[in-house]
This record gives sequence, structure tokens and C-alpha cells, in this order.
Amino acid sequence: MSKKKKIRSVLLHLLLSILALLWFVPIFWLLISSFREEKGAAVPYLWPKHFTLNNYIRLFTDTALFDFRKWFMNTLYVACICCVITTILTLMVAYVYSRLRFKSRKTLMNVSLILGMFPGFMSMIAIYHFMKALGLDQTLLALILVYSGGAALNYYIAKGFFDTIPKSLDEAATLDGATKHTIFWKIILPNSKPIVATTAINAFIAPWADFIFVSVIMKDNYDKYTVAKGLYTMVEKANVYEYYTRFCAAGVLISIPIVFLFMQLQRFYVGGVTAGASKG
Amino acid sequence: MKTKDKGLIKAFFAEKNILNYLSMFVMGLGCFRFKRFIKGLIFMIIEFLYILFMRTFVPKYLSHILTLGENTQTKVWDEALQIYKRAPGDNSMLILLFSVLTVAATIIFIYVWIINLKTIGKMCLQKKNGEHIPTFREDLKSLLDERFHNTLLAAPLTTLLFFTVLPIAFMILIAFTNFDSDHQPPGALFTWTGLTNVTDIFLGNAVKTHTFFGILGWTLIWAVLATFTNYIFGMLLAMLINNKLVKWKKFWRTAFIAAIAVPQFVSLLLISRALEPGGAVNVLLMNLHLIDQPLPFLTDPTLARICVVVINMWVGIPYTMMTFSGVLMNIPEDLYESAEIDGAGAFRKFTSITLPYMVFVTAPATITTFVSNINNFNVIYLLTGGGPFSLEYYQAGKTDLLVTWLYKLTVNQHDYALASTIGVFIFIIVSSVSLTVYNKTSAVQKEDMFQ
Repeated sequence: MSKKKKIRSVLLHLLLSILALLWFVPIFWLLISSFREEKGAAVPYLWPKHFTLNNYIRLFTDTALFDFRKWFMNTLYVACICCVITTILTLMVAYVYSRLRFKSRKTLMNVSLILGMFPGFMSMIAIYHFMKALGLDQTLLALILVYSGGAALNYYIAKGFFDTIPKSLDEAATLDGATKHTIFWKIILPNSKPIVATTAINAFIAPWADFIFVSVIMKDNYDKYTVAKGLYTMVEKANVYEYYTRFCAAGVLISIPIVFLFMQLQRFYVGGVTAGASKG
Repeated sequence: MKTKDKGLIKAFFAEKNILNYLSMFVMGLGCFRFKRFIKGLIFMIIEFLYILFMRTFVPKYLSHILTLGENTQTKVWDEALQIYKRAPGDNSMLILLFSVLTVAATIIFIYVWIINLKTIGKMCLQKKNGEHIPTFREDLKSLLDERFHNTLLAAPLTTLLFFTVLPIAFMILIAFTNFDSDHQPPGALFTWTGLTNVTDIFLGNAVKTHTFFGILGWTLIWAVLATFTNYIFGMLLAMLINNKLVKWKKFWRTAFIAAIAVPQFVSLLLISRALEPGGAVNVLLMNLHLIDQPLPFLTDPTLARICVVVINMWVGIPYTMMTFSGVLMNIPEDLYESAEIDGAGAFRKFTSITLPYMVFVTAPATITTFVSNINNFNVIYLLTGGGPFSLEYYQAGKTDLLVTWLYKLTVNQHDYALASTIGVFIFIIVSSVSLTVYNKTSAVQKEDMFQ
């Protein structure tokens, strides 16, 4: 390597390091705030005077107003069930649109496209009253239904993937006497592990991030909150002084599994985007 | 020869048989002629359930649809108990909700009724052609094969109907009522007001008109800024990492993605608190003696708008970087080789190969990003909450997008009618942008086919 290239290489790495640091400033801030002993969102210095683990401990022991453990279990429960239901529904719809040909196929796909253009939570009030009429308001089941209910609209990525599986596989199986049912379970699904994983992880992460529907369905029933809405409540004006450092601790705890799952997703992310582009 | 699915209704009416004609009123009767009892029974049960459903819902709700209820809940003096008791009145909300449900049930019923005619017509034809009429067991089997799409779509489409289609239909209807904080059933009823909400926004109400167009303008500016800053800087970052001189490419990519994998309600709420007057950013700037007074990051309209765009770059650039990295890796190497043979320099290679290729391949993804930025709820709501609030605006702030305004009108103000109207406008904007672009890109792709 020539000297000029060496200098350029060092400069490039320096630039990347600075950028990466910039991206990690908020994460770093979250970490040190979560170990800070002094309360409050705003302190007139940057580096904490004292470090403590108490924020983490009190998250689980001090459950008088906010029960973090309960929020966590609520979210885990909702996320697991949603993950199963949404994955099954999404993959079924994707398979139908990708492989089966029937009269109303194009119409259904166009209607799905149009429905997806309405702002997602425009109808939250209707859903709330519908749930209330069913006696399901302020229940976790309502959340599960809301999160999984629209699964039929999010088939694009999975359909794109199914489209790439050679049709000859289906045809060979049909010749051997396999029904469409067997083809779906025995041929398409085993060949689509990445997309099954992607769909499942996405469905699992969604309930951890949503606070809109939780606000509408649970109102002020703190015990039924999920972590996102719970943490949001912790930093509202009335609570922020007392709970800010605990919010940071909870944020760290939640972020670890989410970041891990998210990184798994990234392996499939790029392929999906470019595959969609080349087919339109 | 297999009986085709055409002319089934004609076949139904061609058959001069009393049971056939009666099937128009008692669904499934015709099936009994061909000893397909289970099928016939299923049709009958559906009809029975539908009648049962209508008997409860029509008198109670659908019959009030034109007025949305007349009797407001009143307080009645109870002599015996010496207290005021609430006498239940109508509830406009439930009347509308269940009317939508009733209409949907009726549409489905009509559909089933037509299927009923077709099924019996098909049985008649099959009999005439001397074919075997499938038994119930064989019908079930075909649901796993030829008609597998019915089986697979049944559950997803049902949930879609209840949790997306009907709620949207309901909210569109709400846009034509006066369902706001002063008309909250059961205490006060709301009723149809026609296009009042639309005219309010466009001409009638000066404050609402000003708010709508102010927010619409900012929403579009925001969507353009947010999309293009991310696009350009994401592309630059991807190219920086992709540079031949950079080592540990995978590590760098992972690092940037890891930073934004932290759930947004954690990272954005944290940043929002850090930008407050006493927050970390101001403390840092003051300790460095760059400023004497805390900067009003989230309370000055212009500064707040700059802040959300900049922080959105923090959120979005790693995503676009990932997209572009994938695209860069996919550019065929031989394109560069032949360019080098032709004597192209690094800059020329970039402008003639890399850039056009990247722009072309990412065009659909960019449109999706643009549309999702119009509806980018999280970044705005978690950072500024739409603030700083403005007295010139109707219940909105200077960084509010249409969606966050919709959210606030719904959750804080209970002004559902106005919120629904805005929702419909968002739909119109998003769909027209998407459709125009969709047509353009598909035209581009068709061109490619001829080349």
C-alpha cells in the first residue's frame, strides 16, 4: 500500500469512528443514566456523581405505582401469542396470493393495498368501542386481537419470497399426488425458513414498541400496560423526576433482547428490499 | 367433461321444481333433492342465524340510523328511593357501530344467498350431465386442494373485516357527523351533519382552515426533508463503508444498526428529555461555554423543526445505509471493468454506473419511505409531542404532522369527527402519491421489457 493510500485509509476509519460514536451517544447516555444515583431527568452536570444498581433493583421491588415485572409479563404474553397468530395468518395469505389462482385474487390484493393506505390508528376509537361491546376492553386479549387482526395486510415480503421458490417444485409434487395443502406445509414452508423467521420476529417485536393502542384500550389501568406504554407513562411530566433513572434502567433491560432480535432480522432485510425493487 | 362454473344461476332458474324455487326463501332446500343434507342444513343454519341477528339488531340500532338516536339519557326522580336515577336513552355511537355491522352482515348474507343459488344450480347441471355430485366429504377434501385458497383466507380475511375494514368504514361515516367533545353519547347524542367537517376545514372555520393547511404544508416539507436527508446521507455512509480501503465492513454496518435497534420509545424519549432546557445537551453546551442561556430546542418553532429533521437522520440513516449496502454489493462487477477499459475515472464510474443503478433499484423503496414519513408518528410524537403549541392552531403545535394532530384530536380532545375527516384526507394524499408513482414505476418497468 502506498503512503497516500495509507493516510486515506486512516482518515476514512477516523471518520467512521466519529460517526459511529455519534450514533452511540444516546445509547451511552441511556446506560450511564440507568446507573445514576441522583434522581431527575435534568442534572446540571453530565457525569453522574454516584453510581448505583438500585434503579434496576427498585424496578422489580418497588411496585407500588408501576409494576414493571407485570408490564414485562403482559408484553411477553401478548408478544408470544401475537407472534404465533400473526405468523400463521401472514404466511397463509402470502402463500395464497403467491401460488393459488382464483377469480377474486387481484381484487383482494388491490383492496389490501388500499386499506393499507389509511392511517393505522385512525380507527382506534371504533376498535375500542367494538371491544367494549364485546366486553373485552382493558384486556390483553383485545391487544392480541388488534395486533394480529391486520395480518392479512402485511403479506408483501413473504409473498415476494414465496415467488422466488421455483414453481417446478409444486408441479412435481402435484404429479406425485400431493394436494395444495400438503404442498404448503411440506414444500413451501420448509423452503422458507428465513421468511418464517422474519415474519415471526417482526410480529414478536411489534407489541414491545406500540404504545398507541395500549393507551386507547387500557386507558389508565396501569396493571394491564405493556412496557412501551408503561415506560412512556414513567417519563410523563408528573413522574419524570422520580422515575427517570428507572426509565433508563428499564430501557436498557428491554433493549437488550430487542436489539438481539432486530440484528437477526437484518440478515434478511437487505434481500427483501432489493428483491421487491426488481419485481416492482 | 366437468361441469363449469358458468351459467349456474341460469341453470338454477331453468329447473322447474318447487324445492328449487323455495330455496330462494329457505336457503339450501334444493340440496335435499340431491340428498346433500349436510350442505343444505349448513345453508339453513346460516339463514337462521342471520334472521336471529337481524331481529335483535335492526329494531335496536339500524332503525335509528337516520337520526342516530332521539332520546338522550335523562335523570328521573325516583320517589321510592328519593334519588335521581338515570333513564337509559339511545347511544349514537352504538347505533352507528352496530348499523355498520348489520350492513356488513347483510352483504355477507346476500353473497351466501347467491352461493346458495349457484350451488343448487350446479347440482342440477351435474345431475343433467349425468355426473357425480360431490358428497360433503368430497367437498371438504376439495377445500384442501382446488379450493385451498378459501380455507387459507377464511381466518385472515375475517380478522381483517372486523379489525380493519369495519372500523375504517365506521370512521369514514363519523367524518359526516358532529361527534366531538360536546356530543359524547350516552350523555349527549351526535347526529349527521353532512359535509360540515369538510367545509369547516376548507372554508368555514378560519382557525381550522389555518391549522389544516399549516400542518399539511409542514407534513409535506417534513416528508421531503426526512426522505432526502436520509437518502443522501445513507447513500454516502454506505459508499464510505463500501470503500476498498475500509476494513471490517461488517462490523461498521452492525454498529450503526445496533444503535438504532433500541426501541424508539426508549431512544427518542431519552433524546427528547436531553433536549429540554435543563437537559444534557444544554448542560454540555453551557459547560463548554458555547452558550450562556439554554437553547429552546423543542420550544422554538424553527429550532424544533430542525431538531426533528436532524434526529430523524439519526434514526433513518442506518436503514438507508443497509439498503444501499445491499444494492452496492449487487452491482455487477463487469460493468466497472468495462468502464475501466474505456478509461473511466473514479468520478465517472460513480456518475455513470453507481448512482443511476442505486437510484433505479431503490426507487420503489424510496416511495414507501416517503409515504411512511408522511405518517411518521413516532419521531414527532415522542420527540416534541407536536409542540411547541401554537395559539393560532386548533389543538396543534408547530411540529405536528397530520397523523399526530389526528391522534391528539382523538385521544385528548375526543373530537372524533374532525379526526376522522383528517384521516380521510391523509388517505387521499397517501393513495394519490402512491398510485401516481406506482403507475410511473410500472411504466418504467414495461419499458425495460422492450429493451
